[in-house]
Amino acid sequence: MSDFNLSVVPVDQLGVFERVSRFQKRSIKGTSKIQGLKMALNMIDLTTLEGADTENKVKQLCNKAQHLHQNLDSLPTVAAVCVYPSMVKIAKQQLKNTDIKIASVATAFPSGQSPIEIKLADTQFAVEEGADEIDMVISRGKFLEGNYNYVYDEIATIKEACGSARLKVILETGELGSLDQVRKASDIAIQAGADFIKTSTGKISPAATMPVTLVMLLAIKDHYQKTGQMVGMKPAGGISTAKGALQYLIMVKETLGDEWLNNQWFRFGASRLANDILMQLEKRNTGHYQSPDYFSKD
Amino acid sequence: MSRIKVLKTYKLYIGGKFPRTESGRYYSPEVEGVSIGNICLSSRKDFRNAVVAARKAQTAWQDRSAFNRSQIVYRIAEMMEDRKTQFIDELIIQGSSKKAAKTEVENCIDDIIRYAGWCDKYQQVFSSVNPVSSSHFNFSIYEPQGIISIIAPEENGLKGLILSILPVICGGNSCVVLASESQPLSAVTLGEVLNSSDVPGGVVNILTGKRKELLTHFATHKDVNGILYCGNEKKEIELLKSGAASNMKRFQSYETIEEVSPYLILDFQEVKTGWHPIEKMSESGPAY
Repeated sequence: MSDFNLSVVPVDQLGVFERVSRFQKRSIKGTSKIQGLKMALNMIDLTTLEGADTENKVKQLCNKAQHLHQNLDSLPTVAAVCVYPSMVKIAKQQLKNTDIKIASVATAFPSGQSPIEIKLADTQFAVEEGADEIDMVISRGKFLEGNYNYVYDEIATIKEACGSARLKVILETGELGSLDQVRKASDIAIQAGADFIKTSTGKISPAATMPVTLVMLLAIKDHYQKTGQMVGMKPAGGISTAKGALQYLIMVKETLGDEWLNNQWFRFGASRLANDILMQLEKRNTGHYQSPDYFSKD
Repeated sequence: MSRIKVLKTYKLYIGGKFPRTESGRYYSPEVEGVSIGNICLSSRKDFRNAVVAARKAQTAWQDRSAFNRSQIVYRIAEMMEDRKTQFIDELIIQGSSKKAAKTEVENCIDDIIRYAGWCDKYQQVFSSVNPVSSSHFNFSIYEPQGIISIIAPEENGLKGLILSILPVICGGNSCVVLASESQPLSAVTLGEVLNSSDVPGGVVNILTGKRKELLTHFATHKDVNGILYCGNEKKEIELLKSGAASNMKRFQSYETIEEVSPYLILDFQEVKTGWHPIEKMSESGPAY
């Protein structure tokens, strides 16, 4: 592909850590907190990606996506549910009269260690079943070998196969080794046509961290300033507290600006986060600290 | 040349760490007009953090073998023996006579040993095999409730603390303790002892501060399973009981706790009864 032009942007690691520690010291209270928490709820991709997933578990998750907590009025729904391709059809049926999107992982998630034909078939299957969004994984092995062209071509091919579905590209930053590598992978994914870049599969640790997310946001920012095209961001895995979610929102606002503060351009990939936010909202409502026992698990 | 004395900062004990209160506030209790130290004035957020830590630690603590819990509790006594003089000194600062302080500390250490013994015995003493009129083996065993919030007695700073905490943790619960407001020094030092005695972080969490500010939150937090109250203030009991009713916390109160007793362990245990089918007794007779 001739339009692939990778210029290496060095990352100031200390600077990133310093900046992140500033975000973590903000205090958000009162109505701003409520507003932030509801916004975060509305950005969640409610996720179940287990070998043990069953039809009923997915049905239950879809129900939760629509009815987060009956005791609380005027709650938004989550942005999407995220499932394996085999579960897309069921999720589609369950969510047919709603605005909630269906995201499906594809391309031999989570390792990505399959030939491109299989990855394409995987993606096409998910799209045909009705997925609105595809979460693909990049070939980390090829990336670490330095075969950037392969990674670029792969993303571009999958993007084509997605058709009108939006493509999120999972970099699996926990396997990339350094922030410089994260930046490089982000640039490749963005240039190859990603609609979203996403930190992790959630299957390995560390998953999403704030420094990694900041580096990816900066890649998005540079691309936006150069071309005027917006790219979305999705940190996934390991974000389980309301407080943490608010810190991410502050980071997005102050790095990219208000245009990104909606679920069109920013998502949280999480399974536990929703309940923690709901517990905070209920606490504001009743004045009493809450227990997970009173909130549905899926 | 006289040297400048290094004063100790008394901090909280939450999740195996010694944080200052997030509120940044402190108070200075006095004995006969003399301040005994600057003590953290805990806020509701400290309490919330303590409950989170207690919940995190509880399952693993419950899943340890009873014998292992016993060993760990014994270790608390060992560590306390080591620090005896410090505890005695602090009791004296809090107004005890030298002799009374020594007796109190020694009795406390002995009481811990007694509870170490009970850790793996209360199940045997209180569990039962129940007679039922069908071919079932029917038995009842005890299981810990979960997180217990403890309002330690105002008087007897050390003894009250030991005798309220020990039965709760012996039974596999984790706890959040509000130490005596006027005699908090021993509580903070006990935290240091617990930290060096293999008790996993989060099993015991110790806060210092004012009952007036914290009791409502001790009562209403929905992730707390039981409340142990030491004292006899009618208003406080009423407040705790009504808060406890909101999510069916078990409420237990004592004016004072004077002695070691296995029945105190049962205060925060649930009874689980199991039915296990056995062969038809009429044909073979009871073979067990």
